[in-house]
Amino acid sequence: MKGGRILRVVVATAIALLLVVGIWEGYKWVGQQTGDYWPGTSIDLPASTDDLTMPHAMDIADELFEEVRDGRARLPLYLFLLKKGWFTLQEAAIGFTLGLTVGLGLAILMLRWRVAERGLLPWINVSQTIPLIALAPIVVTWGRQQDLPDMLSISLIAAYLTFFPVAVSALRGLQSPDSDHVELMRSYAAPWWTVLVKLRLPAARVYLFPALKIAATLSVVGSIVGEISIGTKTGLGRAILEYAQRYAVSPERLYASVIGAAVLGLLVFGLVSLAEWIVVRRTGEVTS
Amino acid sequence: MSNPVLAEKAVVIDGVAKVFNEGGDSEVAALSGIDLTVEAGEFISLIGPSGCGKSTLLRLVGDLLAPTTGEVTVFGKSAHEARLDQDYGMVFQHSGLFDWRRVLANIELPLELRGWSRDERSARSAEMLGLVRLEDFGGHYPRQLSGGMQQRVSIARALSFQPKLLLMDEPFGALDEMTREHMQLELLRIWRETQTTVVFVTHSVPESAFLSNRVVVLSPRPGRIHSVVDVDLGDRSDDTRQDPAFFEKATEIREALRAVEGDG
Repeated sequence: MKGGRILRVVVATAIALLLVVGIWEGYKWVGQQTGDYWPGTSIDLPASTDDLTMPHAMDIADELFEEVRDGRARLPLYLFLLKKGWFTLQEAAIGFTLGLTVGLGLAILMLRWRVAERGLLPWINVSQTIPLIALAPIVVTWGRQQDLPDMLSISLIAAYLTFFPVAVSALRGLQSPDSDHVELMRSYAAPWWTVLVKLRLPAARVYLFPALKIAATLSVVGSIVGEISIGTKTGLGRAILEYAQRYAVSPERLYASVIGAAVLGLLVFGLVSLAEWIVVRRTGEVTS
Repeated sequence: MSNPVLAEKAVVIDGVAKVFNEGGDSEVAALSGIDLTVEAGEFISLIGPSGCGKSTLLRLVGDLLAPTTGEVTVFGKSAHEARLDQDYGMVFQHSGLFDWRRVLANIELPLELRGWSRDERSARSAEMLGLVRLEDFGGHYPRQLSGGMQQRVSIARALSFQPKLLLMDEPFGALDEMTREHMQLELLRIWRETQTTVVFVTHSVPESAFLSNRVVVLSPRPGRIHSVVDVDLGDRSDDTRQDPAFFEKATEIREALRAVEGDG
């Protein structure tokens, strides 16, 4: 039963991947035949299909095994991206943890004091309208003044994206127990803190995990954007920035590094899904 | 603070009124001039049309709501003190079990909050599981159980710390007829075995007649006590449901309810 499910996921993923490659290559082929017009018309295709704009999927895959320079060493691109990705993953993990802590803390604060909810919620919403690109240099300048390593500044930027979905969904989750449950705890004369730990936090898990999945991928996005705007020497963001500048020479390399970023996002998404499965599957939703 | 004269009484409700949103636009007089005494060991039902404040009255006894005027005494203490001392257990219409806890852990919740040790807790929860005849389901999650079974767990949880008073708010209201009748017999058995005082809110005439020593009929808007019907059917079994004495009492209660609804 369980093995069958994993197999289904693997097969579905493979089919989806093939489909994307098929559409990519099919579009490219059509464009090449018609000279970048819609077939039978003189209307331009939305994107040019030459090898510079749309390298062949196989060329992108091949590029992953091309050797690139990493300092003095030379290594295949996929290993290089893995190395950079590992660095970015650490920043994202710290950012995610920070964002989770702050988000949960804010939610509990807003739960405890209605005044805090009224006072804080608008600011939490406003916080997400500030463009990250504008925020990043401020965080870095401030961080450097405080002698923070750049890596931590990047994590702060990631946390800035992460805390939002956590705070909003955690608050909803903490407020989700129905009146029967709350009255029951009242009948036990349970103090506020006990109600939080025994009732509200467990009830919030169902609301929290979907938000944590979003938060996890946002923490990767935040880290990459942070790296790019800070100009660190390492990380996936740095690799993407570098390959973007050399796009005219080897577009495949930029595509490959973007795929690396996507894989990293999928990885953290998968990790949170795994945690959700471990924590929530035990609630009897899955009947054995 | 306990009053020796009142100590024999499980619940004394003295001149109680409850007004919601007092002074506001949506002011509602839910209860007015309620005087009622529940003897220790008694099984008493509160019945009335919707809006008669029967659930509100139950919550006043449990100190989940505070009366606007008047006084509620539970085993000689104020309702507030009684709640802090956890002198009563409560069962709701929807079992109110925690989805994420297994049956045993649900039953142990109040014991956990009282700081019982793990051994004490599991000894008591196993005993309670026996009382509600769910020995084989301790490791299940609530969602894996039928509605009737969930309600048994809920009763086991309410009785786990052996309170002297059990407050029940339409506990069988969401069950089908067969399960409901079965649960009524189970509840009577448990009531006899544990000698708990029960205050039971229902909107079912046969249920109130079958279960209770006394049935309190409430009239709506604002809720007042219309009449109190004494019921003495002796030891009840499924046969009691065919007993002319049972029909007679049910008719008496039904007529009181009709009169009440006529008023409204």
